[in-house]
Amino acid sequence: MSVRVQAKDFDLATELAGLTAGRTDIGAIVTFTGLVRDIAKSEAVSEMELEHYPGMTERALAGIEREARTRWPLQASLIVHRYGSLQPGEQIVLVATASPHRQAAFEAAEFLMDYLKSRAPFWKKEHTPKGAHWVDARETDEDALARWSD
Amino acid sequence: MQLVYFAWVRERIGEARETIESEAKTVADLVAELRAREPRYDLAFSDMSAIRVAIDQELSDLDAPLNGAREVAFFPPMTGG
Repeated sequence: MSVRVQAKDFDLATELAGLTAGRTDIGAIVTFTGLVRDIAKSEAVSEMELEHYPGMTERALAGIEREARTRWPLQASLIVHRYGSLQPGEQIVLVATASPHRQAAFEAAEFLMDYLKSRAPFWKKEHTPKGAHWVDARETDEDALARWSD
Repeated sequence: MQLVYFAWVRERIGEARETIESEAKTVADLVAELRAREPRYDLAFSDMSAIRVAIDQELSDLDAPLNGAREVAFFPPMTGG
C-alpha cells in the first residue's frame, strides 16, 4: 500500500511491476490514469497548474487508502498524484488496486478516485486564451461520493 | 498559530502562510477576527460556503473549536484527480 505525491511523471508499467514484484497470489489489477485534457467547458486549455497542501495531502490519501482496505480485500494498492505545471496530454494521477478477484479491484479503484477528487487537498488552475482560472468543484463529484456512504 | 492559504484564498489574501496571535475559540471566531482586520481578508472570507477548513491538517467544520491548534488552513473545495 503506498501513496506518492510528486512533480515528476510516472511510468505505468514500472509502477505495475513494483506492485506485483515477488508475488503470485494477485488475481486482478485495476488501474486508472487521469490525464490533462486540452479542453474544458469548450475552452482551450494550454496548461494546468496543480497546487496541493504538502503534509495534509499525503495524510488524506493514506486515510482514503486505509478506508478502501477496510471495505475490500486488497492485496496491494497505489496512489500517485502529481502537482505543479502540467501540459495537455500529461498524466495527473494513477490509482492501482490489486485483489484476488476483479470486482473488489474495480470497486476499490473507483472508490479511491471518487474520494481523492474531493477529499484530497489539490486545486487545479486552468490556463486558457481568456486567462487563468481556478477550477470549481463539481456537484457530480459530491454525488459520486454519496454512493459509497452506507 | 500558523495560518495557511491555498488556491484563490491564497491569492486574495496575498500570502501563503503567516503566524498570528489570536484568542479565537473557534474557526468561525478566527474568521470574524481576520475579516475585521483588513479588507483582503474580508474579501477572501465573504462567502464561507465556498471555504473549507483544516485544523492541524484534518478537515474540520467552521464551528470547530481551535483549542491548541498549531496550524489552520483555509482553501476552496478541493479539485484533485
